[in-house]
Amino acid sequence: METAVMSAACPECAAEVSFARRPIAGEVCRCSQCSAELEVTSVVPLTLEVAPEVREDWGE
Amino acid sequence: MLLGLLHSRVRVEERLLIEEIERRGIAYELIDAETATWDIHDARGFDRFDVILDRCLSQTQATTAIRIFERFGVPCVNRSAVIDACSDKLATSLALARDNVATPRTMVAVGVESALGAIEEMGYPCVLKPTVGSWGRLLARVNDRDAAEAILEHKATLGSVSHSVFYVQEYVNKPMRDLRVFMAGDEALCGIARASEHWITNTARGGKASVYGVDGETQELCRRASRAVGGGILAIDLLECPERGLLVSEINHTMEFRNSIEPTGVNIPGRIIDFVVETAKAATREAIAGGVSR
Repeated sequence: METAVMSAACPECAAEVSFARRPIAGEVCRCSQCSAELEVTSVVPLTLEVAPEVREDWGE
Repeated sequence: MLLGLLHSRVRVEERLLIEEIERRGIAYELIDAETATWDIHDARGFDRFDVILDRCLSQTQATTAIRIFERFGVPCVNRSAVIDACSDKLATSLALARDNVATPRTMVAVGVESALGAIEEMGYPCVLKPTVGSWGRLLARVNDRDAAEAILEHKATLGSVSHSVFYVQEYVNKPMRDLRVFMAGDEALCGIARASEHWITNTARGGKASVYGVDGETQELCRRASRAVGGGILAIDLLECPERGLLVSEINHTMEFRNSIEPTGVNIPGRIIDFVVETAKAATREAIAGGVSR
């Protein structure tokens, strides 16, 4: 059985960003074309936005 | 049982935790801190959770949400008091010092001139850290007075309010590595050593992790450190001081562990979920809600 692939356009360079498994909202990936760090802001429809910069209170 | 996974960004760690939850057949829901709204007078169904596991990237979002869950009696890992104690280095240091847990010498000032005085009293080199922050960001090793004056001016001028607290620590001449012990309650799950040519050894800054065998003495130190901040799922960072032995440097309440599973051979996400389930079973909602209202 073929693995379903979801994809959406990179908001920075419009390249296709593909997911081998169903992404979760909040997941972060990197565009293979322009290297922009992207965040999945919606799964249905699959929507990518440039991930926010690290904030002062982020961390472990 | 219904487990709530509170998150902001879904990282590899959150994916691994979800896999362990699903492997155990535990019912769960993802709670996106960025999109949730809470009414402090009406649980709106948030009290249906038997336990919340906090995995928020933002300490501010975490304490905000967890305090509200606790208001409705929901057990949380980690508790808001633990997040508060761990997310502010001064709060951590005060808790450790109160309980006589070995920690680097630390001085604090809230004015530029007094901070310079603290640095001069500590001696060079020393370390300046923001009280809020992680991943080795904005740490400064202050080697001389010129550097001290420049760094203090930059922090006072460019930094946010949190940078107006000058947290000065002795520089520990450690052997180009630091140690991290992963704790679940009183139990040490495993340990890693993070080595780097740079004095900042966070893996986020390029430090390389290898397994570190946690002996009884180290486990006892970490148990006491964990209890000092309230216990839970914590990562205790240790420095090896040539003169005084192991010192507790920092305690992390939302630890990353993706690079620590393979070298240690420990299923860290699985052990975290096991601890969360035990917490849910042991908790009494009345006590949790009562603790918040006081």
